Amino acid sequence: MKSWLIASLLCMSLPATAAVQQFTLDNGLQVIVQEDHRAPIVVSQLWYRAGSMDEFNGTTGIAHMLEHMMFKGTKEVPEGQFSKLIAAAGGRENAFTNTDNTVYFEQLQKDKLALALRLEADRMHNLLLDDDSFAKENKVVMEERRLRTDDQPQALVYENMMAVAFQASTYRRPVIGWMNDIENLTANDARAWYQRWYAPNNATLVIVGDVTLDAVKALATQYFGTIPSKPLPIRKPQAEPAQVGIKRVNVQAPAKLPYLLMAYHVPVLRDADKDVEPFALEVLAGILDGNEAARLGRVLVREQRVATQAGASYDLVARGPGLFMLDGTPAQGKTAVDLEAALRVQVAAIIQTGVSTDELKRVKAQVIANNVYQRDSTFYQAMQLGEYVSAGLPVTAVADHVAKIQAVTAAQVQAVARKYLVDSGLTVATLDPQPINKTTPRAPVAGMRHVN
Amino acid sequence: MRNWIVFIVTMLMSVVAQAGLPIQHWQLANGARVYFIESHDLPMLDVSVDFAAGSAYDSADKSGLASLTHRMLDQGAGNLTDNQIASNLADVGAQLSGSLDADRAGVTLRTLSSREERVAALAMLTQVLNAPTFAANVIAREKARVIAGLQATEADPASLAARAFAQAVFANHPYSYRDTGEIATVSKLTAADLRQFYQTHYNANHAVIALIGDISRAEANAIAQQLTMSLPANNLAANTSIATVTPLATAVARTIPYPAQQSQILLGQPGVARGDPDYFALYVGNYILGGGGFDSRLMAEVRQKRGLAYSVYSYFMPMKQAGAFQVGLQTKADQTDQALAVVRDTLANFIRDGVTDDELTQAKNNIIGGFPLRIDSNKELLAYLAMIGFYQQPLTYLDDFPKRVAEVTSAQIKSAFARHIYADKLVSVVVGNVVVK
Repeated sequence: MKSWLIASLLCMSLPATAAVQQFTLDNGLQVIVQEDHRAPIVVSQLWYRAGSMDEFNGTTGIAHMLEHMMFKGTKEVPEGQFSKLIAAAGGRENAFTNTDNTVYFEQLQKDKLALALRLEADRMHNLLLDDDSFAKENKVVMEERRLRTDDQPQALVYENMMAVAFQASTYRRPVIGWMNDIENLTANDARAWYQRWYAPNNATLVIVGDVTLDAVKALATQYFGTIPSKPLPIRKPQAEPAQVGIKRVNVQAPAKLPYLLMAYHVPVLRDADKDVEPFALEVLAGILDGNEAARLGRVLVREQRVATQAGASYDLVARGPGLFMLDGTPAQGKTAVDLEAALRVQVAAIIQTGVSTDELKRVKAQVIANNVYQRDSTFYQAMQLGEYVSAGLPVTAVADHVAKIQAVTAAQVQAVARKYLVDSGLTVATLDPQPINKTTPRAPVAGMRHVN
Repeated sequence: MRNWIVFIVTMLMSVVAQAGLPIQHWQLANGARVYFIESHDLPMLDVSVDFAAGSAYDSADKSGLASLTHRMLDQGAGNLTDNQIASNLADVGAQLSGSLDADRAGVTLRTLSSREERVAALAMLTQVLNAPTFAANVIAREKARVIAGLQATEADPASLAARAFAQAVFANHPYSYRDTGEIATVSKLTAADLRQFYQTHYNANHAVIALIGDISRAEANAIAQQLTMSLPANNLAANTSIATVTPLATAVARTIPYPAQQSQILLGQPGVARGDPDYFALYVGNYILGGGGFDSRLMAEVRQKRGLAYSVYSYFMPMKQAGAFQVGLQTKADQTDQALAVVRDTLANFIRDGVTDDELTQAKNNIIGGFPLRIDSNKELLAYLAMIGFYQQPLTYLDDFPKRVAEVTSAQIKSAFARHIYADKLVSVVVGNVVVK
């Protein structure tokens, strides 16, 4: 899920040495293959370019709801059998939905790839979407929202921040959907969503592991080749208008400690050859929080002791608009106001005096090393390729990432800080902890529908 | 994600193998045991060093001491400050991390294997292990951060449930302590306490060093020697012992009111120790009960049939002594009693009736067929090397695992559960917006 702040720090890259290969079937299915022969396994990820950003008001959460329904059976593979078949083959399967995509994955021994592709191809166009099954799964998704968001104060802060920072962009809505929308979703909403977006020409298949391009080509053609493409709806840009002044939002929830989240509007990578700013912003996030010696941990946590935790994050790959985020938990005796002031001092210091050569070198060393470390995980390699392609970037941009980061100068880092880390583009969200009254249970949320 | 908690638990619980893993093992003159896999596929090296220095070695009045000692290792060592250690590691792109549970305190380093980077990174790890400073000023800062974390757990129903569960299952045994300790006990810890704990528990003769990566055996041996060269003097085996866990005499039910949408529900008992002869039967049986995600009965009954929870799972956590057997789920507050009843019934039926042949076949197919996935990265292999070393499992542990799983019968599962899990002596913990009965 994109909504996890920490996850967005990990947008690094693949080794330049390993060549990524790709082809497209006649029906428009794009296939990316990264051969990795270290272990006799394979990862398959099927990325549908349909996430919460493609939803409409009133049916928020339908992308995620459909993700759940994709395990509920086709004529050939009845409910429950998808997971059973993959498990019986010694595999793992799951799926996730984020703002930009819905992704289905399997991890298997290398000779079981055909099973994964057969099952994925089947549910790409043969999903049953039964009413009773939908009603049951809808309850599960409500539980998921309670678990992930409603009972998680920091997740509520994130949800509120996004809703305030964006006013036109659909990024303003939570991936899992508003509770009232989830409660009112119907099987027909899921059918409409499935019809609209589930097609070979709206998907990218990413395969990483101990396979060959030729073998993948044969399997992909065999299983997906006959699925017809569909005309896809025109996607309106829904561009976010420029923010014209600082925005603030306060979240009251049962909690012990305050929490602060600051978000600035920034660009993301659109032209992988020409863009410079996204790479400079990534280096900036690294200088603030990219390693144990980075500024926020060193100054705010260890030296000034104004925070018990402080972080910065930026994801340069996204279909929608970008945010550069700072967050932290104030130390005992400090408030969110104190922490915001301290974070602003760090931002101002970079704007005024820039960054040192040592810091820049250190951030680049991380990127180079991470580029090697990431090759230890086939799943992560597949994730990166899927994210880039889904955002409309060429797969070569993944391999070019290290060189692009290495080319970033101190002046460029200072310039993006000066240009983008400004109050007029800032949203500040705070958690205002409320006493935990253990004797008087809170009344049920108004409007909650009780399903029996 | 459709089911993230089960996904994580499955990874934690993975205990696995591939035929003929080339594990090299030897012991240093100082007693440290070394486990090494030479692998030149990637230009990197992973190293871990583990000690019998987990929270089970705390006392009730100094709960949190093991964790704070471990946390302080890289916060100043030798002549280096916390910031210098962090900078030196970052300069070469190395990653230092720690892990701590009731039994073990471990430090893990990931570095490029190229000479300059490797030497610099290992120099930092050597300092951190052999010469931690335990400066009072830094201890004060880290204590404040730990206490802030503990305060946060008071507003986290899942943490409240976990704590009440451990206290009920393990009563006065040190496995009942939270790793991080309690606000009252952490507040009182001193530099002298930390030094004493370090001297007693960070000894070469109980160290387990695991290495995997782009180095030779000779280099691995030199690294192992360097990493343990000036650890505190050899120590008594008595300092690594942990008392046995007493089985529960009666059922225990705890209800903690909390203003949340969902109730956190945990059920369980003491489970088994690592190496228990029943372990494989319990492991395979638990896949069918609640370890196998959508293959499991708990998931079928609680989620698929009734939509009562997003996640429901069970696991055995084998430790030096009997670790927990735990079932967990979260459900909307007004469904608490219903969900609890479904879980209790499912568990009772499982213990009474055992598993079907189809279920057993499915479980074995998944566990055995999935072996290659669980050892497909250096990171995962390193964790297995450390586990084999720390718990002194045979070097063929991973090779044997599929065979042991294949041998499990439904009769063994039934008798193993009957021996270890008593449906009438379960701990149950509910944290949520519910009426205290």
